[in-house]
Amino acid sequence: MEITMIYYLIPSLIMFCCGVYGFITRKNMIAMLISLELMLNAVDINFVVFNRYLYPEAMEGMFFTLFAIAIAAAETALAIAIIINVFRAAKNIDVAHLTQMKH
Amino acid sequence: MDYSQFLVMKQEICLLVLFLLVFLNDTFLPRKAQSGIGLITCILFAVFTLGGFCPAMMPDGVAVAFSGMYETSPVIFAIKNILNIGVFIVLIQSLRWNSSEKQTMRRGEFYELLLITLFGMYLMISARHFLLFIIGLETASLPLAAMVAFDKHRYESHEAAVKYILTAVFSSAVIMMGLSFVYGMTGSLYFSGISGSIAIGNAPIVPLVIALAFVIAGMGFKLSLVPFHLWTGDVYQGAPTSVTSYLSVISKGSAAFAFLVILWQVFGSVYADAWEWMLYALIVLTITIGNLFAIRQRNMKRFLAFSSVSQAGYIMLGIIAYNAMGMAALMYYILVYIFSNLAAFGVIGAIENKTGKVSMDDYNGLYKTNPRLAVTMMLAMFSLAGIPPFAGFFSKFFIFTSAINQGSVAIYVLVLIALINTIVSLYYYLLVVKAMFIKTEEECTIATFRSALSERVGMWICLAGILGLGIVSFFYDSLLTISGC
Repeated sequence: MEITMIYYLIPSLIMFCCGVYGFITRKNMIAMLISLELMLNAVDINFVVFNRYLYPEAMEGMFFTLFAIAIAAAETALAIAIIINVFRAAKNIDVAHLTQMKH
Repeated sequence: MDYSQFLVMKQEICLLVLFLLVFLNDTFLPRKAQSGIGLITCILFAVFTLGGFCPAMMPDGVAVAFSGMYETSPVIFAIKNILNIGVFIVLIQSLRWNSSEKQTMRRGEFYELLLITLFGMYLMISARHFLLFIIGLETASLPLAAMVAFDKHRYESHEAAVKYILTAVFSSAVIMMGLSFVYGMTGSLYFSGISGSIAIGNAPIVPLVIALAFVIAGMGFKLSLVPFHLWTGDVYQGAPTSVTSYLSVISKGSAAFAFLVILWQVFGSVYADAWEWMLYALIVLTITIGNLFAIRQRNMKRFLAFSSVSQAGYIMLGIIAYNAMGMAALMYYILVYIFSNLAAFGVIGAIENKTGKVSMDDYNGLYKTNPRLAVTMMLAMFSLAGIPPFAGFFSKFFIFTSAINQGSVAIYVLVLIALINTIVSLYYYLLVVKAMFIKTEEECTIATFRSALSERVGMWICLAGILGLGIVSFFYDSLLTISGC
């Protein structure tokens, strides 16, 4: 059986949708961060697959992925730092409690 | 490799040198001298801003670097100068807040983060390749999250930062997902490569519309367009006032210019088929819902947050009118918006620094105790609402005119809706004026005080802009010449 592009694209799409779903439904901030990582990694898979199967003569997609991974790492580091700050201030990382500014 | 191409990015390099100077100052100066770091940054940035206006810096025509990844032209140069003016005012206004006791440990960091976000915005505006664009976007939005969390002793600041960083990462993931499909269809990440590939019909229209919807949604988060605006109120309210003003004018302005470039240079050939109606829906929703939510806000910062949501709708109106006049109108609009909004934030910041009060009810009868602040606030509100002698009227007028030049019936309806909404916005801007000038029966809770010199300087500059920009036609004329009309 030949592995075609679609065998990569469907899982990456499922990953992305799981990420969106998790981001919307989860209440724990770390779980939300994990969902965001799922979304970012789905993007990386897409770029690599398109590059490898459709445009193997240039490396644009691969390079984009490399940079996207670095950016995702920076984002996670910063987000965790902020979440730690929130935990110190509120003793809780449940988003349902972050409602002080509703009105 | 030809290293001389770095000379094309003069402004970026100057900004990096500035950043390094501030950084070295912050790291190596003795502890006592560090309290002057804000003033040093302001002076250095003033020199940099003025330097941007000297003709030797100006590029003669379109210049590219890194085989077309980076582009600069007189228009892009002018846009960066406009942003510089805004950043300069924000820096002056932040001096007082940043010299307080609580900031001693991290005074310099604020300026470093601010300058590096500005660098990211420069890249975002100049990028002609999506890799550089994403790097610029992240460089602009990640340090901003740290700036939102800057008031470590205030709980709201943390809550705002968490909301900001999560939505920022979410929106950039959405943008990148859209880009990955665009890349899959066209095989390029260069703006010119993608638009060329779309023009010869390589990309089927349905997947292209889906990919575009992702990109527009992601940029909508950055610009806080309805229905992607939900973070705006909380973040603007929770962040330190200086950061809020930076977010509302500079970050929004640069995102608007980048959005304009992406929509027209990359996807311009499928305007009527793919995204015209999307933008119409976004503009109508943004202006209307932003206005309706602004009416019921009692916190001044939150109130300005929703007012800036509806202002983003007017900015989008300038994006949809893509011609030389539309470009000039958009630049002019953002310039005027910078002055009016920063004047309002200057007053809010001065009062907050002195008394810690940000509620609209505290402003009752402000005219009796602090007449100058009240008049400044009134002029800012008049300019934001677009009352004739002030600059805000002219900027709205030019934006509407350039949009109508598009000439279709749909755009007439759109401009009509925007006009009606201007009247709605007049109501809530005047609520503030009413609180300050008419509700004087009860005692004002804000005692008479004299604001700090830096705050006064910032407000004077803003007032000069509000009063001068509209009446002196030189500014709009020179923007028109630059954009090639």
